[in-house]
Amino acid sequence: MNGSVARRFLLGLLPWVGAILLWYAVRWSGFVNVSLIPAPHQVAAKFVELLLHEGLLYDIFASTRRVFLGVMLGILVAVPVGFLLGWYRPARTFADPMINFFRALPPIALIPLVIVYFGVDEIAKLVILFYASFFAGVIVMYEGVSQITPLYIRVAQTLGAGEMEIFRKVIIPLTVPHILTALRVALGVAWATLVASELIAAQRGLGAMIQNASTYFLLDVIYVGIICIGCIALIMDTILRRISARLLVWQERAVA
Amino acid sequence: MNSQPSIKRAQFENVSLSFDTPKGILRVVDDVSYDIHDGDFIAVIGPSGCGKTTMMSMLAGFQKPTTGEVLFDGHPVKGPGPERGVIFQEYGVFPWLTVKENISFGLKLKANHVPVKEQNQICEHYLALMGLSDFANSYPKHLSGGMRQRLAIARAYAVKPQFLLMDEPFGALDAQTRANMQNLLLKVLASEGKTVMLITHSVEEAIYLASRIVVVTARPARIKEIIDVPFAYPRDESLQERPEFGELRSHIRELVMSEYRAQQAQMRPASFSE
Ligand SMILES: Nc1ncnc2c1ncn2[C@@H]1O[C@H](COP(=O)(O)OP(=O)(O)OP(=O)(O)O)[C@@H](O)[C@H]1O
Ligand SMILES: [Mg+2]
Repeated sequence: MNGSVARRFLLGLLPWVGAILLWYAVRWSGFVNVSLIPAPHQVAAKFVELLLHEGLLYDIFASTRRVFLGVMLGILVAVPVGFLLGWYRPARTFADPMINFFRALPPIALIPLVIVYFGVDEIAKLVILFYASFFAGVIVMYEGVSQITPLYIRVAQTLGAGEMEIFRKVIIPLTVPHILTALRVALGVAWATLVASELIAAQRGLGAMIQNASTYFLLDVIYVGIICIGCIALIMDTILRRISARLLVWQERAVA
Repeated sequence: MNSQPSIKRAQFENVSLSFDTPKGILRVVDDVSYDIHDGDFIAVIGPSGCGKTTMMSMLAGFQKPTTGEVLFDGHPVKGPGPERGVIFQEYGVFPWLTVKENISFGLKLKANHVPVKEQNQICEHYLALMGLSDFANSYPKHLSGGMRQRLAIARAYAVKPQFLLMDEPFGALDAQTRANMQNLLLKVLASEGKTVMLITHSVEEAIYLASRIVVVTARPARIKEIIDVPFAYPRDESLQERPEFGELRSHIRELVMSEYRAQQAQMRPASFSE
């Protein structure tokens, strides 16, 4: 590897080191009750313990699977719906208020209703995550699609492209960036909603783990859970960004 | 060129077009009538914003006249089609395709029936012709404005449309490249016999290339004068040294300048008038 890669790595590492130092500093400053803030090394020890003896991996797996499925289903529906809304102006005027109404509702507020209609099983959590991803994705899609300029379609038409060819060769490439953005936004929202969805009497999952720990005031477990959620979300986002960079090499971007 | 009566390819018949804007009805093209015959090279010249692009896009099939009719081969224009190739003022190169893929885009379409073997050959030909060979695999984001314009030209030429609609196709090029492109266009026309409608701001370009020049007025675009260019094809650059060229140039310049002035008067905001 060369120096610039190492430097970028160090640069990326620096804020984390800073955050951990700050964490220790807060404990040692004496301004807060030390028993309310477990030290980083205690959290790390707890992490190992949970990993080895309490099946933390299974919690991680359960949560990741829920987020993954919820986002996939949500985006799968949001892409065509968002596309239609963005493409056909009348559809947009027709559906816009409705979508904004449902989008404004925080998914947490719907939990009691979801319990009534879907029970407390896996399906209920999926419904919440689906809801959150769908509305996040649909907005991104239709904003993006409605900004596609007609110029490229016109060019294709004058070169002799038929409707299907225009769809395959012009509209799809122009839509891909918006699908990827929708995925990223939905992933973010879905992780934020995860804990709420696992409040519905989930046995396993990071949200459930945090919830249970709070009942017994196990602060270190809560910290482990929060850090895990952050890390997994970060990893997923990085993967998605890599995919985007690969698929969208053609895009002009302001890179400093 | 069009001494004997020839076939009418395109006809503008009392064409007017108004846009419905938030500020009210904007009349952009006003009662325009002229014919474009097979093999004609029409240059349209007039002040910026007068309605030239709008006029062309009616023939391309992107806009419908408010009144009157635009005919192509005797039938009202219903929409765009590959027999009318368009080079857009905004180029419209596809940013998600490489230079080479941009050129072969049209060749790969079903409507053009180009055998796969020939596609590559045609591609290479136009890459070389437009001086883009070194950038064949680059994305348009790495091209200069002039290169994008040449790419748009290459892409349009590659499918060999019979009728070319060119909206300021050489506007972003330096003088030398521009002259090259003009000569190239003349050469392509001589060998392939196309009909062309070209929008330009350059009086010299109009005279050098066109068989007829349509001078249009400040908005709304009306026909100010249609001038037959009396020079036979093939033409070369020595034409521009001839005294007749100079005379024609000053005549057209005079016409165009008076319309620029008319437009200036039209556009100056009230608060700016002294
Ligand atoms: N879709 C539209 N809706 C409303 N107004 C329009 C529309 N398209 C063009 N115009 C207006 O019509 C007028 C003529 O536009 P057009 O593009 O035809 O000008 P032009 O002669 O091609 O100018 P230029 O030489 O600068 O390219 C302009 O004032 C423009 O603002
Ligand atoms: Mg124009």
